[in-house]
Amino acid sequence: MMVPYPTGGIGSFNTQHNHGARSDTAFFSFAVDWAWLLIILACIGVYTAAALITSRQHRTWPLHRYLSWTAGVLCVMLSVTGPLARSSHLSFQSHMLVHLLLGMLAPILIAYAKPVTLLLRTLPVTSARKLSRLLRSKVVHAFVHPWLAAIWNIGGMWLLYTTDLFHLMHQYRLLYAVFHFHLFAAGYLFTISILYIDLTSRRHSFRNRAVTLIIAAAGHSILSKAIYAYPPAGVPREAAEQGGMLMYYGGGAVELVLMFALCAQWFRSASPSPRSKKVLPRSDIT
Amino acid sequence: MKPIESARGNRKEREKYASRNLWTGILFGLGLVAFIDEVVFHQLLHWHHFYDKSTKDIGLVSDGLFHAFSWFATIASSFMLADLHGRHAFWLSQWLGGILLGGGVFQLYDGIIQHKLMRLHQIRYNVDIRPYDWAWNVIAALMIVAGLILILRTRHVRTHAEGADS
Repeated sequence: MMVPYPTGGIGSFNTQHNHGARSDTAFFSFAVDWAWLLIILACIGVYTAAALITSRQHRTWPLHRYLSWTAGVLCVMLSVTGPLARSSHLSFQSHMLVHLLLGMLAPILIAYAKPVTLLLRTLPVTSARKLSRLLRSKVVHAFVHPWLAAIWNIGGMWLLYTTDLFHLMHQYRLLYAVFHFHLFAAGYLFTISILYIDLTSRRHSFRNRAVTLIIAAAGHSILSKAIYAYPPAGVPREAAEQGGMLMYYGGGAVELVLMFALCAQWFRSASPSPRSKKVLPRSDIT
Repeated sequence: MKPIESARGNRKEREKYASRNLWTGILFGLGLVAFIDEVVFHQLLHWHHFYDKSTKDIGLVSDGLFHAFSWFATIASSFMLADLHGRHAFWLSQWLGGILLGGGVFQLYDGIIQHKLMRLHQIRYNVDIRPYDWAWNVIAALMIVAGLILILRTRHVRTHAEGADS
């Protein structure tokens, strides 16, 4: 059951009409919806074209990556435009569903589509070299360090749900956009810092990544129970309870996928049996 | 194809990986008890609660860490089990001993520290809780004892076998 936020009243975060000057009724306008639709279609189109064209010179790009990319981009679309995005502005449960789609599911699907590998094999050699030099730089290494990515990811959420930020986010369009971008970017960085699916220039040990994943998953489930116990400012108790449970179980399901994929990578690299060696990751560029 | 369970053929491998067999069992036991707790007591019987108002904050932290760790332990130990089979190094009694020990230790921690000290949740509500607590913790203690006996017996077999070899 959806529990909408009380509009207006004290304690609700949806109080635009109380602040005339700062009102943001055009959070989701018709034009914005169309712009998003075009961007999403362009993302799918460019990816597909690049994969098809480069498949003539290089190894054929497998079908599951096209599907993974499309599914990931559609998750982003559902979170930023359309009915779910609209209702996430009013209902905490919908907000939490957006959080799961944009911050957890979309990043995994997109990582499995190997966009960096595709980009490198699409670009002309000189630009590809420049890009790979950039990917090997210290700044990029720091960003995809598992610890930093986990702090960035889980810390951002703690900040959002335990301070006034959540309330403010629904009043300022810019803050709303920045947070949602952060949610996706941090989720993506975290995913690729734990799972080496795409090209990875600096690798950390399995143990390091496993411990980081466990602590981050724990941080996520502690936060979801904390939301249940102490609703964020302006969120009614029942909505916080349902949203907290959605975050707990939904997040748990996605973390299970991450853990399974990480352990499967360990198994493939550790196993002595020749059958498992056949499926070692191959380079798709050469 | 090599025989998988021929005691002579894989004894060396089993002894080489004895402690990995034990740890695989311990992790799996921890995950198994957490799984039974979640599925049987939370979801099927509805005896346990997602959150009850007397939970201390440290209880939330402990629960979150164990929740994440137990899921990881279940998955990781399953892959470790497959890896041991691949090396023809699986040792049933060492693994079973690990399951009983790991499961028992987690259940005892859950029953005494999480339920009683951190008041995370109780086994059941609106009943006299004492018989439930006793049953929970005694079963945990029995699992630990049974696990230790199994592990020590395999250790005895190992030293005995080594003695016979030399």
